[in-house]
Amino acid sequence: MALLNLHLKVWRQKNNEDEGRFVDYNIQDISTEMSILEMLDVLNEKLIKEGQEPVAFEHDCREGICGCCGIFINGRAHGPLKRITTCQLYMRHFKDGETIVLEPWRAKGFPVLKDLMVDRSAFDRIIAAGGFVAVNTGGAPDANAVPIPKHNLEKALDAAECIGCGACVAACKNASAMLFVSAKVSHLVRLPQGKPEREKRVFAMLNQMEKEGFGSCTNTEACSAECPKGISMDVIAQLRREYFRASVRQEKE
Amino acid sequence: MALTGLFLYIFLIEHLIANLLLLNNDNGEAYTIYAEVLGSAYNIPLRIIEFGLFFFLLYHATNGTRLWITNRNAKGIHYFVNRASENSTFFSRFMIQSGSVIFIFLVIHLRSFFVHYRLETPDDTMYQGVVKAFENPLYSWFYIIAMILLAFHLVHAFQSAFQTLGLRHNKYTPFIKSFGVIFSILICAGFALIPVYFLYINNTGGH
Ligand code: FES
Repeated sequence: MALLNLHLKVWRQKNNEDEGRFVDYNIQDISTEMSILEMLDVLNEKLIKEGQEPVAFEHDCREGICGCCGIFINGRAHGPLKRITTCQLYMRHFKDGETIVLEPWRAKGFPVLKDLMVDRSAFDRIIAAGGFVAVNTGGAPDANAVPIPKHNLEKALDAAECIGCGACVAACKNASAMLFVSAKVSHLVRLPQGKPEREKRVFAMLNQMEKEGFGSCTNTEACSAECPKGISMDVIAQLRREYFRASVRQEKE
Repeated sequence: MALTGLFLYIFLIEHLIANLLLLNNDNGEAYTIYAEVLGSAYNIPLRIIEFGLFFFLLYHATNGTRLWITNRNAKGIHYFVNRASENSTFFSRFMIQSGSVIFIFLVIHLRSFFVHYRLETPDDTMYQGVVKAFENPLYSWFYIIAMILLAFHLVHAFQSAFQTLGLRHNKYTPFIKSFGVIFSILICAGFALIPVYFLYINNTGGH
């Protein structure tokens, strides 16, 4: 087990009104077995002992399933490795003496709350606008009562892997939430349960995305490359098709 | 952007085929006939298409600029360290820059050929004008550089247009992508061949 000495350049910002700035820290004896969040825990312990304000960052599960822990690390969303979240990034991927730059997700739709923590409630509002299905009241139907072709099921579950971490928005030069919205649409449209809202959902979610201040997609494919769950660009193409289909089929009310 | 872009693609192919007539070693006879037929005021269908072409071009340029501005605003603050080359191609990130150079090029290009030979009363043929223009190394090199940037633009544009239209397929998309790259490079190389030809190979053509 090797120990690392590191330089950190961390974005510090008191609140949404504060301008924010980088602050440099030196940190010693970091185990290569630690995750980057544990390294930040060590830093925060130190800061608290010294009577300074600890660095705020969001985290919950620390095992890559909740999507809380997005940090822009050394110029990449969730750090330099593919298909992992920040909490799954281990210190063994850094070299002794290296400088690590930590920044919050940058997007108008994700205002910074404090330091490395952004407000991702815009995603909740996009979901509330259309990312739901209607269900009957009463007892739950038998799981095998609704037949779903295996291929559709698997594709739907691929899209459902999205954990809403916002890395797509963070990596996109346009701060577009297209991969997130498309993953949700693709997930629901492939399942029979998602069919009743099919046309309305596309418009509702896209409108909400625009209202929240996210940009539009120019197909750079950065989102998919940085997605910790490897959501494919296929879902965005599917959203386009759903959009055209809905434009034709939706009648004026 | 996708539909207007694909229309402009078709125009580029037509324009390139016509340009290649310049390479015909007949002192511009074929090209002059082509220019006359194309430019004739009685060629009504072509005048309509031409109007559409200008309209689509302007729409493509203004809409592209609008997109760039709103998307920049959506990003807000930019990263201090951003290793975008790890997740996307250079071409896809610099569409507005390559597009702007192409736009400036088009203004100059239309001034020297379209405005002069179609709207004013020229005292030479279009072929002579082409030869004269490309005898100037500055003009030729500007043309060649603009074509390189056009290639940059098209490399991203071709596959992007299909993606925007939802035409993505695990079997065909890899083909569309590689076809787009080769096709775009060939088109631009074809255009760049003309100044190279007149500057270095046939620099006595018009005399
Ligand atoms: S803390 Fe849950 S995904 Fe990282």
